[in-house]
Amino acid sequence: MAQKEFAGQMIEVNEEGYFTKPEQWNQEVAGAVAREEGLELTEKHFAVLDYLRKRHFAGEALTIRSVGKSGVVDVKDFYALFPGAPLKKATKIAGIPKPTGCI
Amino acid sequence: MSAEKETPLKKVCIICAKGTIEDVYAALIMANGAVMEGIEAKLFFTFFGLDAITKKQMHKLHTGTVGNPAMRMPGGLPFPTILGMLPGVEAGVSAMMKSQMAALDIPPVDEFFELITAGGGEIYACKLAAEMFKLKKEDLSEHVKDIITVGQFYELAAGDHTQIIFT
Repeated sequence: MAQKEFAGQMIEVNEEGYFTKPEQWNQEVAGAVAREEGLELTEKHFAVLDYLRKRHFAGEALTIRSVGKSGVVDVKDFYALFPGAPLKKATKIAGIPKPTGCI
Repeated sequence: MSAEKETPLKKVCIICAKGTIEDVYAALIMANGAVMEGIEAKLFFTFFGLDAITKKQMHKLHTGTVGNPAMRMPGGLPFPTILGMLPGVEAGVSAMMKSQMAALDIPPVDEFFELITAGGGEIYACKLAAEMFKLKKEDLSEHVKDIITVGQFYELAAGDHTQIIFT
């Protein structure tokens, strides 16, 4: 398993850069991962990241649709906050595994 | 999958020409999947596929129960074509398909369009088919961006790393 330094901490990541130990995550680390993805995190980003982490630890499968229904952010804003592939990008920054669903 | 990303796909143009549940959803799932991956998606509906974007029809899509050799009974026994001809069978099978898709968190057609367009995907109707079926812009879902010609469709498909997919 590879290690990568974010905000001065050594983080265990897989070959795609996703955290393999979500408990190593914190806000500073998230900021460093985000900068690597070309993003500067705002409060709104953190609200989404917190939501994703909560759902992940509750054992739920994450989809863009479920994020859109969360009340935290709608689908359009989710795409705007994490441009390109929002779910892939947001889970990477949230320090949780990449979702595997097709929808 | 950690495939080589030397020439990642930039755009997909998906054509849906049939109006059964499975044909329409194949197109929707592929378009939404592209948008989710950050790939530009254009979805083009023509002929019977127009049902999927026609306000009056989009919630009444069915699965055909005759002439489909892959159709089976619950439990896996073959589904005799003659059974599929009986009144109500097609509606029952279609309702079952829809409930099984809902159980997998697959959204209804209009919500799927919302997801796709929220992510920047675009939905188009074929001009010739719309004229044939006497459909106007106001008959179509508000998610439909425009009614366009084949030539305009090919213009949308221009550029490197674009794929045209006919479902």
